[in-house]
Amino acid sequence: MGMTITEKILAAHADTKEVHPGMLINARVDIALGNDITAPLAIGEFKKAGAATVFDRDKVVLTPDHFTPNKDINSAQQSKVIREFAREQRLTHYYEVGEVGVEHALLPEQGVVLPGDLVIGADSHTCTYGALGAFATGVGSTDLAAAMLTGEAWFKVPETMKIVFSGKLNRWVSGKDLILYLIGRIGVDGALYKAIEFTGDTVKKLTMSDRLTIANMVIEAGGKNGIFIPDAVTKQYVRKRAKRDFTFYASDPDATYAQVIEIDVGAIEPQVAFPHLPSNTRGISNVGDVKIDQVVIGSCTNGRIEDLRVAASLLKGRRVAPYVRLIVIPATQEIYRKAMREGLLEIFVDAKAAVSTPTCGPCLGGYMGILADGERAVATTNRNFVGRMGHTGSEIYLANPAVAAASAVMGRIAGPDELK
Amino acid sequence: MKFSGRVWKFGDNIDTDVIIPARYLNTSDHQVLAAHCMEDADPEFVKKIQPGDIIVGGVNFGCGSSREHAPIAIKVAGIACVVARSFARIFYRNAFNMGLPIFESDALWGMVSEGQQIDVDGDSGKITVAGSGREPLAVNPIPPFMQELIHDGGLMRHLSLKKK
Repeated sequence: MGMTITEKILAAHADTKEVHPGMLINARVDIALGNDITAPLAIGEFKKAGAATVFDRDKVVLTPDHFTPNKDINSAQQSKVIREFAREQRLTHYYEVGEVGVEHALLPEQGVVLPGDLVIGADSHTCTYGALGAFATGVGSTDLAAAMLTGEAWFKVPETMKIVFSGKLNRWVSGKDLILYLIGRIGVDGALYKAIEFTGDTVKKLTMSDRLTIANMVIEAGGKNGIFIPDAVTKQYVRKRAKRDFTFYASDPDATYAQVIEIDVGAIEPQVAFPHLPSNTRGISNVGDVKIDQVVIGSCTNGRIEDLRVAASLLKGRRVAPYVRLIVIPATQEIYRKAMREGLLEIFVDAKAAVSTPTCGPCLGGYMGILADGERAVATTNRNFVGRMGHTGSEIYLANPAVAAASAVMGRIAGPDELK
Repeated sequence: MKFSGRVWKFGDNIDTDVIIPARYLNTSDHQVLAAHCMEDADPEFVKKIQPGDIIVGGVNFGCGSSREHAPIAIKVAGIACVVARSFARIFYRNAFNMGLPIFESDALWGMVSEGQQIDVDGDSGKITVAGSGREPLAVNPIPPFMQELIHDGGLMRHLSLKKK
């Protein structure tokens, strides 16, 4: 019987020929990741178990990205825990402030995660790496502690749901809109415990940046992992970045899928997810008059150079509406440098935007843009839960970078074509 | 594994940002996390509960972030167990790994109101609503490996026992 790409990667890492949905397996991990929020708990568990050294210092990755540069004394203490652990364990992939970026933008960019890998991360958006054709999923701190110790993790092999995107993308429609549209269609638990495999003629033409955005948000539909079959686009992306071998897996033609959903992307316009669930989506033409107070462009979902280029193309020669704050956060230092060289940062500053050093910051209501009671924000981030970006009385509207930039200029949720 | 306690009822898609808001994630101190448990759903929650109380949730309980701080906050606040119509997968995993007993029952949510007393028998997989006169409800079976985790007291202890 044929296997899906997800099943093949899991089987290879469990050193077995075949796996099927529902099987419980122990599998080797290629990368185990933690951040400044989740790693301190994992390190605590690791030490409590009497463990001395991690299973492989090249495979445990620590990224202090959520509350860094340290936002307060407590977060400084947490960062210190992981810094000392990284030093003591001589971890190859520890990223200090100044070289750190938002983890799920950073790891693919630096070639730390590669096609065919099995990656676990104590962060729910670890599923991002499925864009490269890796199996990647979010876990908790105890799972991370166990993986740091043994190099393995337990998994229930998921069923796979296949999404076939076909047709030509409309203007201003990006990966963000495809995934928001899908979440709107299947709901926030529509893919619960499942793998989502993205295929179709539209997918073949999607850039790596769009694929990363799509895979990033499968967790918002409850998915275990999202995955793309690696192809020429993948090869082009990883060629210069990889410093070790990698494997391209593909699903067999007779692989079994729990569900197949076919979507004609020609019918999709830019999407906006209304409060307080990512599934609460509307097309931009049905948004109505929604006044806003803040716009955030950044995060592991949409903080890449392609996102900043789109935003800058709309902000050039324009300025942010009065009494509205626009915060732009390049997701990594490499993106920051590119944005500087390409003149994007100057465009942002001229438009009266605040440009930040890489951080997860406002996305999870950490800092760098917390909302007050009654305030509304358009964000290119991934979650619009109650209180996610600040006061429980605030509201978050999720959108792509073009809609976010246009909204900042108009002072209300607006599509890019509304700009004069 | 038997629990008997008052029900605190929540709706669908209770996310981990509500269970423990990120503004408190600058610490790993279990007591501090517990002090803010469910704060953004009910600011008085921690003051109102008694040790041994039970949370009953709707579908997709614990969705969102992977923060294990969420099941920690619930457990250390004194909640004995969580029964939900369904759980988000990372929360489900975390609960077993760190030792918060959780059970899936689609039917219970519609049958209980807040403050009612329920008995959860984790060994036989039955839930009884006190005074309802109804037959006990069967919870979804817990896979044998997860039972082992609970029996051993969580993943790390399970691993250390396996090593011996």
